[in-house]
Order: sequence, then C-alpha cells, then structure tokens
Amino acid sequence: MSTVKAVVAASVVPRAAVASDAFGFWGTAARRLRAQRRAFVALTTLGIIVLACLLLPWLSPYDYFTPHLSMLSRPPMLSGGHLLGTDPLGRDLLIRVMWGCRISLGIGLAASLVSVLIGVSWGAGAGYAGGLTDAVMMRIVDILYSVPFVPFVIVLTVLFGRELWLIFVAIGAVSWLDIARIVRGQTLSLKQREFVEAARVAGVRGWGMIRRHIVPNLIGIVVVYATLTIPTVILFEAFLSFLGLGVHSPLASLGSMVADGASEMQSHPHLLIVPAAFLSVIVYCFNYLGDGLRDALDPHGAERGRS
Amino acid sequence: MLRYLLRRLLGAIPTLLVIATIAFLLLHAAPGGPFDADKRMLPEIQRAIEARYHLNEPLWRQYLRYLSDLAHGDLGPSFQYRSTSVNEIIAQGLPVDATVGLSALALALLLGGSIGVNAALHRNRRGDVVPMALAVLGISLPVFVIAPLLILIFAVDLHWLPAGDYVAGSLSHLVLPVMALAFPYTAYIARMMRASTLEVLSSPFVRTAYAKGLPPRLILWRHALRPTLTPLVSFLGPAVVGLVTGSIVIESVFSLPGIGRYFITAALNRDYTLVMGITVLYGALIILFNLLAELCYAWIDPRVRLR
Repeated sequence: MSTVKAVVAASVVPRAAVASDAFGFWGTAARRLRAQRRAFVALTTLGIIVLACLLLPWLSPYDYFTPHLSMLSRPPMLSGGHLLGTDPLGRDLLIRVMWGCRISLGIGLAASLVSVLIGVSWGAGAGYAGGLTDAVMMRIVDILYSVPFVPFVIVLTVLFGRELWLIFVAIGAVSWLDIARIVRGQTLSLKQREFVEAARVAGVRGWGMIRRHIVPNLIGIVVVYATLTIPTVILFEAFLSFLGLGVHSPLASLGSMVADGASEMQSHPHLLIVPAAFLSVIVYCFNYLGDGLRDALDPHGAERGRS
Repeated sequence: MLRYLLRRLLGAIPTLLVIATIAFLLLHAAPGGPFDADKRMLPEIQRAIEARYHLNEPLWRQYLRYLSDLAHGDLGPSFQYRSTSVNEIIAQGLPVDATVGLSALALALLLGGSIGVNAALHRNRRGDVVPMALAVLGISLPVFVIAPLLILIFAVDLHWLPAGDYVAGSLSHLVLPVMALAFPYTAYIARMMRASTLEVLSSPFVRTAYAKGLPPRLILWRHALRPTLTPLVSFLGPAVVGLVTGSIVIESVFSLPGIGRYFITAALNRDYTLVMGITVLYGALIILFNLLAELCYAWIDPRVRLR
C-alpha cells in the first residue's frame, strides 16, 4: 500500500515532458510516438500486414476461390506450398486470410472515414453555432445514443442485401456519436480563443471559420479517436460476417472465416486459429497505436480514460 | 427524487417512440413481405392471412395500430411462429439472457475493477504492464473468437464443462457463456479503473489525506475508491449495448434459448412484429440502464443533484 505514496509523490513533481514548440505539432507528435516503443512496434506490424495483404495475393500462384479437391483441409506446413494450410475446399488459407485482411482493413478505414466526416462536421457545427442549434443537435445525439444500433444494422443488412458499401456506410453512420461529442466540447473552448476572435474581426464567418480555423485545431484529437474507431469498426464488421451477414462467398472476411473455422475446430483447429490470430493482431495493433497516439497528441486525454 | 424519476421515465417515451418509428419504417420500406415465401399458397388464402394480420391496410393505419398496441404493452403476434405472440417469445428467452448477461457484468466488474486498481497502484511496474498488455489483448479478442476457443479448451480437450445442449436450470451450462461474455468487459473495466484510479490518486484531496498522516490503506478504501467509480458508472449504458450484441453471438455459439437467436431469423423471415418487439425491448433496456447510471452518479458523488 506504500504504492499510494509513490503515485502521489510522482504526481506532485511537475511533468518534465512539456512539448517543445521547436519541432511543430507533427514533429513533436512523431518524436513522442517513436519514444513509445510499443506503439511503434504496432505501427510497424500494421505496415507489414498491409504490404503483405496488398502484395501476396498478386505474387502467389493460388487464388481465393478455386477449389483444389486433392488438397482438402491440409494443416499448416513449411513445405508443399501452403504455408498456413488449406481450407475444406482446398483453397490456400494464407491467400484467403490476406483477402480477409484486405476487406477488414478496407472497411475499417472507409467506415472510420465516414464516421469522422459526419462526427467532425456535426460536432464542430453544433459547438460553433451554440445556443438553440447546439442544444437541438446534441439532443439528437443523446437520443441516438439510446437507439439499439446493432439490431438496426442487422435489419439493414438483412433487408437491403449484403452489399459491401452498405455495410460500411451503416457502420460509419452509427459510430460517429463519440467523435461528435468530443469535437463539440473542443470547439466550445476553441471558440473562446483570441485567434478565432481575430478571424471574426477580419470577416471570416460560418463554415469558412469552422473549416479554416476550428477543424485544423481539432486534428490531434480527431486522429486519435479515428485510430481508436478503426478497431471497433473492424470488430463490428467481423461480428456481422460471423453472423453470416457480411460479404458473399467465395470472398471471405476475417469474421466469416472465424465462423467457418469454429464449426470445424475439433478436426482442423488451424481453420479457426489462423483467421482469429490475424483479426486479433490487427485490432490489437490499432488499439495500441491509438493509445500511443493519444499519449503523443493529447496528453490530457491519457488521464481522462476511454469509455 | 421521485419527481426526477417520474420526469426521466416520461422523457424516455419520445425516445422509445423514435426507436419504434424508425424500426417500423425501415421494415416496411424493405422489399419483400412476411408471407411472400409461401409460394404454394392460394392468393385468397394469402389475402386472408394478410387481412388477419392487418397487412392489407394502409401504412399509417398499421402504424397507429402498432403504436396503440405497444402502449398497451402488447407487441403483437409473431408472423413466423404463428401460434405464439412476441410477448411470449420474449418472456421465454429473457430470463436466460438476463442470467447470463448480469452474471457476466458482475464478474467483469469485480475482476476488472480489482485488476485496474491494482495496476494503478503498481504504475509502470510488472504488476501494471503485464495485466494492461493483457487488457489490450482482451479488448482485441471479440466474443466470437473467445467463445469457440473456450469450448475448444474446456469442453473438447479437458471435458470439464458442457459446450451446448442447454438444460433449463443447469448452472454448468452457463459457466462458459458467462466467461466468454465477461472477458472483453473485464479488459475494458480494468483499463478504465486504472486510468481513473491514477487520476484520483493524483488529486489534491488524496495528497491532503496523505499529508495529515492517514495510512495509505485507509486513503484508498475510505476516500479514493468511491470517486474512481465515476467513469465505470458512465460505462454502464454502453455496456448494456455490448451485452446485447454479445448475447446474440453467445446464444448461437452455445445454443442457448435466449432472444438474440430469434432476432436474426426473424429479420431474415420479415417477421416484422418480432423484430420491432426485440428492438424496442433493447432500446428500453438501454434507457433503463442509463437512468440507473445517473442514480449511481448521485450516490457516488453527493455534489451531483438530480433535477
């Protein structure tokens, strides 16, 4: 329990690592991020996975859809050409997983982009407008928070067909609420700053002000929350695919491969473990990267915690 | 206090109305009707069935009829299971869901809370770094990966616990589902508790308590612990959403007779009333837990006034 003492003592000492302005915003951020070894490892791992899933399907002699009836459900082996084994139709598991990564990462990035676009414009608009507009817009966000989105997205994808674009628009449209709230809070405090007043005196109004002066100052926090949105989106897409509501076969996403693998796990555990491992590593890396970016770009956010 | 509760419960009505309306419009805008699949049905019979369920009426009449039934607590007959009502289906499934969900939540709160506080007390040492790295892994492993892995280990390999074939009232059938559902929450809660404990321990009142010579153990238990619970309480609302999502997966993996399993088949079969009923139920649960969270706020922090 003497550790309470240590923590209290540590907090009394003023923080030494105050950002120096000499490197500029991104310079400081990059330096801080590099200082966090784990976040840097996460970034490198993600880079390798992205490169692999872009290049391997192109270099490999196998494709993700042609069945090979002489090679059913082979376990992973170093020789014989199938590094991670084959699936129950004899298709190379490595290539299928790489395609799954492409889909997961693609949907993750696209849907996060949608949610950032909606969230930033909604939050900055509400915060900058203030007054009744702000109250109404944030009340809408409050109501949407109580809407059970998972059933709605399931209904959407079931009823309107399993279109790939529909999936990420649906996910993006439901995950902007957090960003909108955070951005609004930041905008409220930015609005009081002198440079905004100066711009107003110079005649900048409305969306011009938001675009040129408010949003650029939000970039740090938006980058952090966008990075933390990507893994949630990837997990959500995997969840939909697991329920059989995602992409069409023969194309597979990591979620649908986990579902297929789970039904065969007693006889061929590699069919479950390989896609599950890739999914977890991708999400793990994005989470670590987001934590690292938050410490680097938004030092106060680290203590605020995430809910 | 009573007035506050009453006002909040009245305030929930418009939100529920919005949820019911979106669900209604979405389902009726979708292509296909509940009785399209039965191709061998004579047109007269199909017309008679549609008249029986009032599907031949104009949309606004159906909408008003649905709302007035809803106001009387009647969710209507199920289109798919023609002899049962939606109320009966929910009454059968909800106890199972509630048992699994609440046990998982309680387990996650106890385990995650103690891990988080302990990690904060051992900041940046092995007792912090290792559990927190595991916690990031925990939020990166979705329920649908954990659940099959648990079955693989505890049911298939070790034969300790049953994997499926739920028997009513059997506790051993609930152990694995509760573990799988609690896993990601434990990780989330541990991360949150660590952040909030660090924040509270660095606040002036803890320093004062320390300065006046209070033993660290007493500082933690008597003063610091209660305010650290604040972010945990705000997590309660989102947690329920996650439990709902998780329960859909858990029920299909462990073949538990809950509600979530019905939801997807209901959406696939255009069982309008069942889909709407479950959606409204989920919405009501989220609102209820948000209200509970606010009551807890007032209990934790006496400065909060419920008005």
